[in-house]
This record gives sequence, C-alpha cells and structure tokens, in this order.
Amino acid sequence: MTAADVEKTAQSGKPLHGEALRRQHTREQWTLLSLAAPAMIVVVLIILIPVGWLFYLSFVGSSGEFSMEHYRKMVEYKSYARVFLTTFQVSVLTTLICIFIGYPLSYFLALLPARLVGIFMLAVLLPFWTSLLVRTYAWLVLLQKKGLLNDFAMQIGLWDSPVKLVHNMTGTLIGMAHIMLPFLVLPLYNAMKKIDRDLMYAAANLGASPAGAFWKVYFPLSLPGMVAGSLIVFVLCLGFYVTPAVLGGGRVIMVATQITAILENQFDWGAASALGVVLLVATVLFLYMAARLFKFDAALFGKG
Amino acid sequence: MSWWTRPASDTQVTHGDRFWLYVVASVIMLLLVLPTFIVIPMSFSDSQYLEFPPSNWSTRWYEVYLGSTKWMRATATSVQVGIITMLVATPLGTMAAYALFVSGHRAAKALFMFLITPMIVPVILIAIGTFYAYGRMGLNNTITGLVLAHTAMAIPLVMIVITAALRSYDLNQERVARSLGATRLKAFFLITLPQIKFSVVTTALLSFLTSFDEVIIAIFVSGGVNATLTKHMFAALRDFIDPTIAAISTIMVLVSTILLLMTQFIGVKEK
Repeated sequence: MTAADVEKTAQSGKPLHGEALRRQHTREQWTLLSLAAPAMIVVVLIILIPVGWLFYLSFVGSSGEFSMEHYRKMVEYKSYARVFLTTFQVSVLTTLICIFIGYPLSYFLALLPARLVGIFMLAVLLPFWTSLLVRTYAWLVLLQKKGLLNDFAMQIGLWDSPVKLVHNMTGTLIGMAHIMLPFLVLPLYNAMKKIDRDLMYAAANLGASPAGAFWKVYFPLSLPGMVAGSLIVFVLCLGFYVTPAVLGGGRVIMVATQITAILENQFDWGAASALGVVLLVATVLFLYMAARLFKFDAALFGKG
Repeated sequence: MSWWTRPASDTQVTHGDRFWLYVVASVIMLLLVLPTFIVIPMSFSDSQYLEFPPSNWSTRWYEVYLGSTKWMRATATSVQVGIITMLVATPLGTMAAYALFVSGHRAAKALFMFLITPMIVPVILIAIGTFYAYGRMGLNNTITGLVLAHTAMAIPLVMIVITAALRSYDLNQERVARSLGATRLKAFFLITLPQIKFSVVTTALLSFLTSFDEVIIAIFVSGGVNATLTKHMFAALRDFIDPTIAAISTIMVLVSTILLLMTQFIGVKEK
C-alpha cells in the first residue's frame, strides 16, 4: 500500500486496512485452493474425463448418431434381465450374510475394554488389507472338491460325498461375504461405540431384563449404523468383479463380468458404457441414501 | 468370584451369560483370519495340485517364482508402481486435505466430495474408462498410466486419514506461529507436519498397498512387459491354477501383515 492509497482510504472514511485485508484473504484462499489443484487434476484425468467419455459413448448408436439403443436393449433383451437379477441376488444375499455374521462380531468388539479392542480389531483389519486375489485364491483352495471344508464336513458326517462348493453361487457368496464383512463391521462398530451406555443403565434400572434392554434400547439405536454399513456392502457388491469371476467359474455373471465380456467378445463400447452408467447411477443412488442415514445418525447422537 | 460369574457390564450381565457371544465372535474372527493364512502351508507343498494339507513339503514353487522372468518382471513393475504411487499420492492428498480443511471456503466441501469420487465410482467403470481414454493418449501398458490411475485411487484414502488427523489437532498452534512471524509454509512444516507425521506415514503405507494390491485397473491398462503381479495372478486364477500363486500369495500376505502392523504400531504411538 502506497502513501497515496492510505490517504485515499482515510479520506473515504472506510476502515484503513479493510480493503487490503480483504484482498489478502482472497489471495490466501486462492493459494490454498491451488494446493488442492494437483490432486484435482489427477481425479479429473482419471475419473471425470474417462467416465464422462463413457457416458457420451453410451448414447452413441451403431450409426454414429445420438441414440438410446443401448439402453433400450437392456430393457428388451432377456440376457440383460438375467445379469441384473444375478447381480441383485448376489448383492442382497451377501449383504444379509454380512449382517448376520457382522452384527454379533461388532457387538462383541463394542463391548470390549479399550485396551483389548486394538488386538481383536486386527482380525477385521488384516483381511481388509490383504490382497483380494490372495483371499479369493485361499477360498478356491478351501472350497474345492478335495478341499479342507469338504473333508471336514464329511468327517463329522454333514454330507457323505464331496459337495460342489466352488465355481458356483455358493462359492461366490462365501468369498464375497468374507471380503465385504469389514465394510459392515467398521461403520456398525463406530455406531455402537456412540450409543450412550447410560441408556442401558436406565433401562435396567426401570426393570428391563438384559435381553429386553438390548432389543428395546440398544438394537434400535444401532440400526442406523447397520443400515448404512449394509448399504455400503450392497453397493460394493453391485460392481464387484474379481471374486465372482474366479469363484463363480463363469456361472455367476454379474454386471461387471458382463461389461468385460461385452468388451472382450463384441468390442461394443456403447453397450459396455451403458451398462457401466446404469451401475454408476445405482451406486450413487444407494450411497446417497446411506449418507442421509449417516446424517440421521449424527443428529441423533449430537456429534458425527 | 470367578470370571464366569463376574458382571461383564453395568447391567450385571455376567461373563457366563455372555459366553455364547464370545464363542460366536471367536469363530467369526477365526473364519476371517485363517483362510488368508492357509496360503502359507500351501506354498510349501510339493504337489502340482491344490491339496491341503500338503503330503510332501518343498520350496519348489518359490524356486519356480524366483526363476521365472515373467513373475520377476511383474513383481518389479508392481513394486515400482506402488512406490511411485506412494510418493505421488501422499503429498498430493496431504496438500489437498490441508488446503480444504484450513480454507473454510464455501467450495471446500464440494471439492472434498469431488476428490473422494475415486472411492465411490465402481472400479470396473474407472478401469474401462481409463482403458478407453489411455487408448487415445497412448498411455496403455505404461508405468505412467498405471501410476496416474493408482494415484487417483489412493488420493481419497490419504484425504480421509489426513483430514481426520487435522481434526484432532489444534490449528491455533499454527496461527500462533504465524503471528510470531512464520510464513504459512514454515508454520506448516515446523508446527503442523511434525504433529501429523504418523498419519502421513500411515497414508504412505496404505497408498503403496492400494497400488500393489489393485487388480481391475491393472487388468485393463497394464500389459506386455509392464503387466503387474496382480494381472498375471488373476489370469492364472481364472484359467489355470498354478501353485506358484501360493508362493506369491504368501509373500503378499507377509507384505500386508507387516505394513498393517506398522500402521497399528504408529497409531499407538500417536495416541
């Protein structure tokens, strides 16, 4: 600021440094936002442009003009209906298995004293950070005809001859549930940790049995966390590729498998893109619902 | 009073009453952890087939792995891409997380949401999208292309961990430093960074792992001499099961376990 500037501001009667401070603030805001620029360029390059491109391709017909033919085919062709049905079926079943197994595990973790949580949490985090391929391979070994699970089941007399556990729906569901479980347990555990223990005191004090207090007080309060976790699992299942491709042995065709099949066999970018767009829209819709529930969760307990 | 009859909670439920829960939870935790470790004994099997437990032991699959140009080449690519991704994604994500957290600008929240989209968009879509776009840009089968895509995948993770760390840190300390004459840059490096450094190291390890374990994008955009370990593993699992996979899996499990234990150890230290 020059002396002339100071004089001018003084004459105008405005606060002396108001203008300069505002200008400095704006400049700092821009400097800060520019720090985020490199990361944004990467995301624009890898997500926005490619996905936008696919979005565009999904509306280009075989004649090269705008057309809805790829979307129309999805409604008309039976093969698509089957793929959607399988995807939905696998996702719902995996989510249900995860809830059934994940709820008791989360409850157990939420009850643990703080010093033990870290150790037991490793059981959830270790699979979370182990390669998906390795875990899929491990299930392939365990579930095969001469695998450990068949041997064990026959030894204790569950069944007499080896049962086909892999390269079908059963194998896919087992593998998927194993991979998805942490995505349910982590949010559910966090929701459970936020439940005020005093409420359980109060319930007991008012004469509720332990089971009664659990079902009437604890369980309803843990529901938002459970629903949010389930939606995350469901959404991740919708777009899953590796596990169904390996453990399904070509018999469980989900949307992602179908997309690659279309590209490999027909090289039809329009059809593959349209399928991808449908997958993206479904994902965003369900995640939006999950986000709304999380907010509900935060409002309920004061802090998020 | 024995452990069995001692109250486990404030509502006088005893450990005995809750014993079923302990059993159920233990079984679930074993089911979560054991399948991963089964690959270790598998890798020392002498057999061509997937038999468990192995009848004869040997290290032949490790020898096959170490002696194979294809697997060695792929390992080198995966490690190289993982390290570069780590070195790029960690500073990029940290810078963005810091900027958006500190600025308090109206757009900050929207930008944060935009930067975590790689976590939301189904990976298969990102994979075919980048494959298509890279085809036009000549980036398919290149290290650069793979690093770029993996960096995008790692950025949300870095942002989430660093933002959480900044939230539990008192930014007034930086203001104090600046009021005493430090520039923002100096204040960040001297005051803020030392206090979030464990989170930064954690995100670096997680970024490496994100890239090292990534399969789907690698299947599409990597290939030829620059194919990743995961791409070859996926092909081997889908088409023909080669027991070498067990040896490679064991190495991958060890890498994950060591990195995870490191982050846990760091986490304890930061508290």
